[in-house]
Amino acid sequence: MRALVIGGVLAGLFMLAALVSFVWVPHDVEALDIANRLKAPGDGYVLGTDHFGRDVLSMVMVGARVSIAVALVAVGIGMGLGVPLGLAAAAARGSLLDEAIMRGNDLVFAFPSLLIAILITAVFGPSALNAIIAIGIFNVPVFARVTRGAALSLWTREFILAARTAGKGRARISAEHILPNVANLLIVQGTIQFSLGILAEAGLSYVGLGAQPPTPSWGRMLAEAQTMISFAPHLALVPGLSIVMTVLGLNLMGDGLRDILDPRIRRVRA
Amino acid sequence: MLRYAFRRLISFALALVVASLVVFFSLEVVPGDPAAYMMGLNARPEAVEALRAELGLDRAPAQRYVAWIGGMLQGDFGTSYTYRAPVAGMIADRLWVSLPLALYALALSTLIAFPVGIWAAARRGSAADMAVIGTTQLGIAVPNFWFAMILVAVFAINLGWFSAGGFPGWENGFWGGLKALTLPAIALALPQASILARVMRSALIDTLGEDFVRTARAKGLSPGQALRRHALRNALIPVLTIIGLQFSFLLAGAIIIENVFYLPGLGRLVFQAIQQRDLIVVEGVVMLLVFAVITVTFLVDLAYAAVDPRLRRG
Amino acid sequence: MSLLSIEGLDLAIHGVPILKRVSLAVAPGRILGVIGESGSGKSMTAFSVMRLLPRGADLSGRILFAGQDLAQAGEAQMGRVRGAGIGMVFQEPMTALNPLQTIGAQVAETLRLHDGLSARTAAARARAVLDRVGLPEPEFPLGRYPHELSGGQRQRVVIAMAIARRPRLLIADEPTTALDVTTQAQILALIRRLVDEDGMGAIFITHDLGVVANVADSVAIMRRGAVVEAGPTAQVFAEMRHPYTRALFAAATHQPARRPHAAPEPLLQVQDVVRSYPGRGGGLLARRGAAKRAVDGVSFTLHRGESLGLVGESGCGKSTLTRAILGLEPVQGGRIALAGQAVDAHRPVPRALRAKVQVVFQDPYGSFNPRHRVSRLVTEPFHLLDQPPAGIARAHAVAEALEAVGLRAGDADKYIHEFSGGQRQRIAIARALIIRPELIVLDEAVSALDVQVRAQILDLLADLTDTYDLSYLFISHDLHVVRRITDRVLVMRAGRIVEQGATERVFQAPEHPYTRALLAAAPDLTKAG
Repeated sequence: MRALVIGGVLAGLFMLAALVSFVWVPHDVEALDIANRLKAPGDGYVLGTDHFGRDVLSMVMVGARVSIAVALVAVGIGMGLGVPLGLAAAAARGSLLDEAIMRGNDLVFAFPSLLIAILITAVFGPSALNAIIAIGIFNVPVFARVTRGAALSLWTREFILAARTAGKGRARISAEHILPNVANLLIVQGTIQFSLGILAEAGLSYVGLGAQPPTPSWGRMLAEAQTMISFAPHLALVPGLSIVMTVLGLNLMGDGLRDILDPRIRRVRA
Repeated sequence: MLRYAFRRLISFALALVVASLVVFFSLEVVPGDPAAYMMGLNARPEAVEALRAELGLDRAPAQRYVAWIGGMLQGDFGTSYTYRAPVAGMIADRLWVSLPLALYALALSTLIAFPVGIWAAARRGSAADMAVIGTTQLGIAVPNFWFAMILVAVFAINLGWFSAGGFPGWENGFWGGLKALTLPAIALALPQASILARVMRSALIDTLGEDFVRTARAKGLSPGQALRRHALRNALIPVLTIIGLQFSFLLAGAIIIENVFYLPGLGRLVFQAIQQRDLIVVEGVVMLLVFAVITVTFLVDLAYAAVDPRLRRG
Repeated sequence: MSLLSIEGLDLAIHGVPILKRVSLAVAPGRILGVIGESGSGKSMTAFSVMRLLPRGADLSGRILFAGQDLAQAGEAQMGRVRGAGIGMVFQEPMTALNPLQTIGAQVAETLRLHDGLSARTAAARARAVLDRVGLPEPEFPLGRYPHELSGGQRQRVVIAMAIARRPRLLIADEPTTALDVTTQAQILALIRRLVDEDGMGAIFITHDLGVVANVADSVAIMRRGAVVEAGPTAQVFAEMRHPYTRALFAAATHQPARRPHAAPEPLLQVQDVVRSYPGRGGGLLARRGAAKRAVDGVSFTLHRGESLGLVGESGCGKSTLTRAILGLEPVQGGRIALAGQAVDAHRPVPRALRAKVQVVFQDPYGSFNPRHRVSRLVTEPFHLLDQPPAGIARAHAVAEALEAVGLRAGDADKYIHEFSGGQRQRIAIARALIIRPELIVLDEAVSALDVQVRAQILDLLADLTDTYDLSYLFISHDLHVVRRITDRVLVMRAGRIVEQGATERVFQAPEHPYTRALLAAAPDLTKAG
């Protein structure tokens, strides 16, 4: 429970910052102000300025938008495709369909999201959309596997047999009995993939495969900060710590949710 | 055992074929005319035509695919259009940086994670265990390339223990090369070690709750003996899965982290090739990396059978 | 002179009292049977002696064994007692062995642990011990892995490990509960033989009065963490001083009041049914093994109003046959007809036909979706009706079904976790009843219940046939239960019906050798003493 609250507060802080940035930021993130370049934190700029005189706090707030949006949509893609695939594979256990879905999953696992991003970028050029697609595709087999694994053990339970003797079809049983019982697991996995997505997005935009200038993103801020780390360490520390705290917050939330939602653990405690 | 290995080998080969189709289709069919795409908008028609002939684009995609695969089997990855050099040679040079880096990081990650995970599991619920959980929770949240920048700032720029980047080449001595790869390997390894230590810990705790561990205790084994002789090998099965997955993350991570240390590895090669639209180089590098990932998956499958006698029959 | 003497043992785990002033004694060469229902603390007594208790356990009292008080012993001292002085056998043989080690290595480990034997001597001794527990050389080499053995064989390996160092005391915690009756009889005989040969003392923990009656020299009856009655087996069984002892016995031999309702009209007809599965292995390039016939030419008829028993050991094909009758599994040959209409899983079974048969499963915990309220759980079969009742009519139907099984109408709004195992089984019966089926299949429906709850459910089943026009197909491995609730019985073995007839006739004058073997193996309360 404590983990959930701490994690929720940490991750919620950055989500709030992302939302606030739509209506208000301390300074315009695209306005260059060379006179105020590389200022240390404080003195009108809470977190200092970068080499173009842009306000770091404002950039981190707008950057949160990109990171969170990319990771969230990628989780949506992974769940939207992976969960139905996993349910179908489990409902048709051992069939050709199950085999095809699982082999397809194995194949996608051979392409880490970075490789998918490289393939897409090589042909279509870099953009935030690439990052979403690359991370989203990588999420699909993760959700498909989690769903199938949990669904398979449910299919052997007697309440499913009871539903079958009540004449219900496999699709209906999947929707009515299986999905609600794997939902908790999916919420927990969703939080984990959300945090992994933020890390992956940061990596992709760091190497230039994600959001493009002038949109600020945490990964690109780090890439620009790299050469200045010895004399302007705040440029690397602020976006880096933002990533760490958001990911840490999401992971803590995932652990907390698992403790609350997983009936196995709850039963041990009761 | 042989039958199991044979079946894994078949699916290994199948995965390679399908993966190569995906790579080929993405880079040679999706762009429409790869030659025109590579030359860009302002290219002279004669130059595009020359490249088209060089790439053999007048042939059907199926023929080109077969030729591409046949070439790779003989070590011919085609010719880079920007560097005018065989891609195979370029990749081979860079591979000698990226692969050792990934393996170095994997070794570090495993060497750190195993003792820590076992140590924490043996003392579950204690303050030491809590400290491990907290530290690894933090370690998972740290992006490896950012951690690398911090390491450079502290150990290279401030303390001067390591150089801030670059690679002297293996031909100038093994230890020099290893030293140049040490900071990048640590940066890669620590976040992965955090994940692996947590997996090791929870797998071991699960196994320690199994009936056969209780049987071992009833025989008179101490908790430590029961853990070493019975729980550990059983806990290895989920851990192996994660090690296999980690290799692909480490390879991807190595490619990113090369940028922090200005290492002449596959990462820098492929990112330059993307900017220059050199699809032949991209194709070669991606295929090689996919090959590496699928091979590791295959090796992990074989390792399962070595650990678990129940698989040897199937 | 006792070998083990437990005096005033108290145990609490995380502050929850588990054992209260437990006192027991075991003499050399004698077997003490400890009987109790689930939650009586019988297993925790055993784990207290071994000092293998969960975290948070607080133990006080005395456990005197070979001149030491084990309740006060340190971990190092217990390490010398476990395996050497006291051996232990567990309930679940499928998980009690390390799946990654050979049986030889696991037995030898016990021997090498303290005696410092060389690997070769230990292997030779392990060989001798395995021979002794009935796993001889050519068939069971030391290099066998646990997954290559059956449950009974694995239990023999566990016993070999427990007795390898000739301990003076053997503790067996429900060692036969997971096994079939014929295997159970063999394991019981083995334990008795080892106790007699080695002069060991033994504690035999079980919920089954019949098992204790057959194997134990003295018994202790436990309830809610305390011993309510103890003494020599024959004396306890004859005197039954404590009301709980009498209640347990009454429940174990309880005969529900049944009136015959069977009519000559056939309801379920099964003719030459065959169901086979592809052999193990197989795939793209490997050859499949021979197909396994789970159900091999089964024919029988169940008449309207009849209660028909189907008895067999695990793997005999009774579950497969049940699923075929329910239309959940296609058959390769033969014909199944319910009220004259064919049931065939190759085609969708018509809903009206499905509505004629309902099922109650074994596991009172796994039979319900934990996320739905009782009203929704019980009305699931309404799916089979063309015009299911709605609104008030629906609520009335739920209330009637719940009250018919002895629950209250108000229970409809609760969730399943609020009910005990016996109550859940009543809800499962209500779910089956609600669409007024003609046939209810009871698939091991009382097997997971404690003896007193089981007696109540059997009474309920008998009563329902008076109120409703019902037939039962009662599937069970437990011969005594089948005898008390059925008119006729089928005995199944390896996919075939080997004997069928009126229940009393089959039990009193079995014709087939397998039926005779089953009956001989089944523990019998009347053999006490």
